[in-house]
Amino acid sequence: MITLKNIHRNFKVGSQIVHALDGINLEIGAGEYVSVMGPSGSGKSTLLNLIGMLDHASSGEYRLNGQNVTEMDENEESHIRNQTIGFVFQSFHLIPRLTAAENIELPLMLAGMDPAERALRVNDVIEKMDLVNRAQHTPDQLSGGQRQRVAIARATVTHPSVILADEPTGNLDQKSGEDVVNTLEALNQQGMTLIIVTHDLQLGQRSPRTLRMVDGRIESDHLQ
Amino acid sequence: MVNSDIIRYSWISLRGNRARTLLMLLAMSISVASVLLLTALGEGARRYVNNEFASLGTNLIIVMPGKSETAGSGLENMMGVTPRDLTLDDARALTRHHSVVRIAPINIGVADASWQNRKREVAVLGSTHELIDVRQWKLSSGLFLPAMDWDRSTPVCVLGKKIRDELFGAHVAMGQWIRLGENRYRVIGIMASEGRSIGVDVQDTVIIPIASAQELFNTPSLLRILIEAKNRDSMDHVIEFTLNTIKHKHHGEEDITVITQDAVLKTFDNVIAALTYGVGGIAAISLVVAGILIMNVMLVAVSQRTAEIGLLKALGASQQKILNLFLAEALLLSLFGAAIGFIFGLGGSWLIRLMLPDLQVYPPLWAMLASLLVAIITGLLFSLLPARKAAALDPVQALQGRD
Repeated sequence: MITLKNIHRNFKVGSQIVHALDGINLEIGAGEYVSVMGPSGSGKSTLLNLIGMLDHASSGEYRLNGQNVTEMDENEESHIRNQTIGFVFQSFHLIPRLTAAENIELPLMLAGMDPAERALRVNDVIEKMDLVNRAQHTPDQLSGGQRQRVAIARATVTHPSVILADEPTGNLDQKSGEDVVNTLEALNQQGMTLIIVTHDLQLGQRSPRTLRMVDGRIESDHLQ
Repeated sequence: MVNSDIIRYSWISLRGNRARTLLMLLAMSISVASVLLLTALGEGARRYVNNEFASLGTNLIIVMPGKSETAGSGLENMMGVTPRDLTLDDARALTRHHSVVRIAPINIGVADASWQNRKREVAVLGSTHELIDVRQWKLSSGLFLPAMDWDRSTPVCVLGKKIRDELFGAHVAMGQWIRLGENRYRVIGIMASEGRSIGVDVQDTVIIPIASAQELFNTPSLLRILIEAKNRDSMDHVIEFTLNTIKHKHHGEEDITVITQDAVLKTFDNVIAALTYGVGGIAAISLVVAGILIMNVMLVAVSQRTAEIGLLKALGASQQKILNLFLAEALLLSLFGAAIGFIFGLGGSWLIRLMLPDLQVYPPLWAMLASLLVAIITGLLFSLLPARKAAALDPVQALQGRD
């Protein structure tokens, strides 16, 4: 489902070229649960951004659900990001002036979905994430765990096939982190492909498949 | 993303940044209000002048001694200093045209007026009984000048209200004799009309028969001849007749100036319209300044909302959608700013009307439409740069709050 062939991602820093991704070859099947680990600067987040089509490869080929992403224009990319991919960020990235429900509604609004259908979907995901009592609260009125659950609800409200989580527990206490991971794993069990970038060894060991990255290369691809 | 969602999202954004929004609304509304107020004042002045000229009388033709290419505004014409004066004979000759309804020869001078021990200097206007209808004046009591032979000097006078009050106070003026210069005149009427025309304040004038005035000022000449034509269509014929008749009487020399109310009004109208457009244009510059302020504030907003823009992109917003969101914010700002400006502008006009009831200060429709249009166009135009900057942000960098 996700196929990366000889992907390079180079950045120019001053007069030097930095190889953030250096010849990545990777296949991730539909419904897989993969952790991406590695030290800072190893290219984990760059890989995640590239899979999420927020960034583009300098060279190589990226196929998502059989479609060659590298040949898509900006509108097609946006459409696929909206429909196929859900992002969960370490710092939640909730819009402070919107309520939890409005934050969750955003991707559906961007998709141009009918308001009545949108409301059904939002209510459904709010119930699933146990946020009914927090739906009309703004982010500053929510705890860290609740905020991340709102972010997960927002990522899943479009029923994407891929969830990309970048350090999803990085800003949470242990219990909230555990809740968030459980929620993500439940989504994976429902069939969504889950890719988590993390420093947390314990979290990384929970996934059936772990990629270890060093210097822009996949050093190990370990199946438990 | 449907339009209602774009507007809702933009509205929430504007509401979420109240200080910034209020600042931009203030700039836009003050600009729109100043356009409306200044053009309303111009339009009010135009209406005022129009009404003043309308009060001169309808289908009025004014004959002045002396030839002037500039509609007789020269000092010589005002003073009646010309090689050949207008006379009562000239005026009488003009009554022969079938389209001349009324005619009022006029002479004006200054004399000392006294009654008992009260004395003051007054403007004395000599004319005929038709003057009151030609000028559409009203009497408050008594009679106007009697209909009689123009050459006959009769010792009667009609007083302006102010002169009546100053000379007679609480006493009854009607029937009393006042002294003008060396002559005595019996008060037969009191004017009710207000206002000022041909340089004379009706309230501050004593009106006497034209022959009496010529006798008082020891001159056979006239300052003006006022002619009322039958209708608007006949005015050109009457003017032509007037020019030809006087030319014939003045031995082939065309030494008079004929002006119409329309011509004078048009000149004033043009001047005031130019002034109105001028001040409206100057005020419109402030709309552009407001647009620049919107651009600056929006650029700051883009910098402050970089992470939000990155998030929207991550959630599937295309560049066009981001552009639309920011342009919608600018459009809302322009519309609300214009709406508040309309409230200020119309409210200010209402206040001016309360303070100066004579000045009908209403903003013209063109100014309202133009200010609304310019507000929207400048708002959108100056937001284009920040909106494009937002749309072009790299999503990865934007998510990290870097633009």
